[in-house]
Amino acid sequence: MKVSVWKGGAEGAFHEFEVPRLPSQTVLDVVTYIQRALDPTLAYRYACRVGMCGSCAMTVNGVPRWTCRTHVDKVAHAERLQIGPLKNLPVIRDLVTDMREFFDKWARAKGQFEGRRTRDRDFEGIKPSSPQRLQVDAAIECIGCAVCYSACDVVAWNPDYLGPAALNRAWTLVKDERDGARLERLRAVAGDAGCHSCHTHMSCTERCPKHLSPTASIAGLKREVLKSSIRGEL
Amino acid sequence: MKKESSYWVAIVHRISGIALALFLPLHFWALSTALEMDAFLAWTRQPAVLIAEWGIVVALAAHFAGGLRVLALEFLPWHERQKTLAAAAAAVTLAVGLALALAL
Amino acid sequence: MTPRLETLLWIAQRATAAVLALCVAVHLATIIYAVQGGLTAAEILGRTRGNHAWLAFYSVFVIAVSVHAPIGLRAVFLEWLRWRGASRDVALALFAAALAWLGMRAVFAVFT
Repeated sequence: MKVSVWKGGAEGAFHEFEVPRLPSQTVLDVVTYIQRALDPTLAYRYACRVGMCGSCAMTVNGVPRWTCRTHVDKVAHAERLQIGPLKNLPVIRDLVTDMREFFDKWARAKGQFEGRRTRDRDFEGIKPSSPQRLQVDAAIECIGCAVCYSACDVVAWNPDYLGPAALNRAWTLVKDERDGARLERLRAVAGDAGCHSCHTHMSCTERCPKHLSPTASIAGLKREVLKSSIRGEL
Repeated sequence: MKKESSYWVAIVHRISGIALALFLPLHFWALSTALEMDAFLAWTRQPAVLIAEWGIVVALAAHFAGGLRVLALEFLPWHERQKTLAAAAAAVTLAVGLALALAL
Repeated sequence: MTPRLETLLWIAQRATAAVLALCVAVHLATIIYAVQGGLTAAEILGRTRGNHAWLAFYSVFVIAVSVHAPIGLRAVFLEWLRWRGASRDVALALFAAALAWLGMRAVFAVFT
């Protein structure tokens, strides 16, 4: 089958390769074949190749996906595949993107846990079945693969927008009873490129390979920010 | 690039909002000239104007339905079948559009 | 804009959205009903002149729209026109004032 692969940086072009079609073939298999047999200069990322690490995320026929978990059968239309780097991120080379902005926004949304206890105190007993913890658990499995970020229209339209992953992580921490930075975090996500910029397109929820719903998390943040505002805390 | 139904509802919601924002000043101005209303109303019987009026009402219905969807997503408990809200919004818009078309 | 002000804008938009949901439902039903069988100036004005209930209803409608529309456009201006900063907010405040003024003028034209 014919496979178009992006080669170059921000400026570049799709190059076409003829790749043998095999049963149970994934898109990552295709990219690996191209690099090993046809074009050794092709740059791409992968690690676990079993759908755990998220390193192999790329744009396949216009849609961001984990290439190791994307069977060619599912996406190749008329035996054609188009593979490009993740959108909304600067391209370093070919299929490799610069993930720094993605993680910088994670930090800007205060996506880090800040504990309130030291080792001298007993640890907090959080019931796994408590409503708060269940809400956190529903959103905690994010591995930072940037598929949602790449799918988000608002990220494309507003370069400052913190994005679904960073806001999703902020939500899990806002709901974490052990965390001590709640107010700073709410202020961080209520700014002019924060949770209020989500327009519920739900591309993130649609595309998340871990079936998380950043839209739900961001809606939760909107409600928490509302409560804080009413209480005069912001 | 494949887009899910929520995207289309959101885009329609945005475009209809822009259309309404552009239309409203005209609407208010037209109502202010109520003294010559019969002459104005006669002008509105033209086919082009009727179609535009129908378009504006459909835009209002679409924006209203899309807005209800946003309020539901942001304030009501979350369910997996959230995409059906997009379908519901589309259905309401269509119903209003048809009702108006029949009335006109 | 500060988080506090951004949040207040969002609250104002959602609150007016809820109010407008009611106003629009009533307005759409009224328009569809009124349009059946044609409209004359006499028919419209006969219902609206001196009718304080309608005056109150449409005044609320106008004020709610004057708040809701500019805040909605604010996101569109940023995302689709790349317009940010004070000039965007000033322009939208002027638009809000214009909507309120034209709207109340229309309301009084039809009710007095």
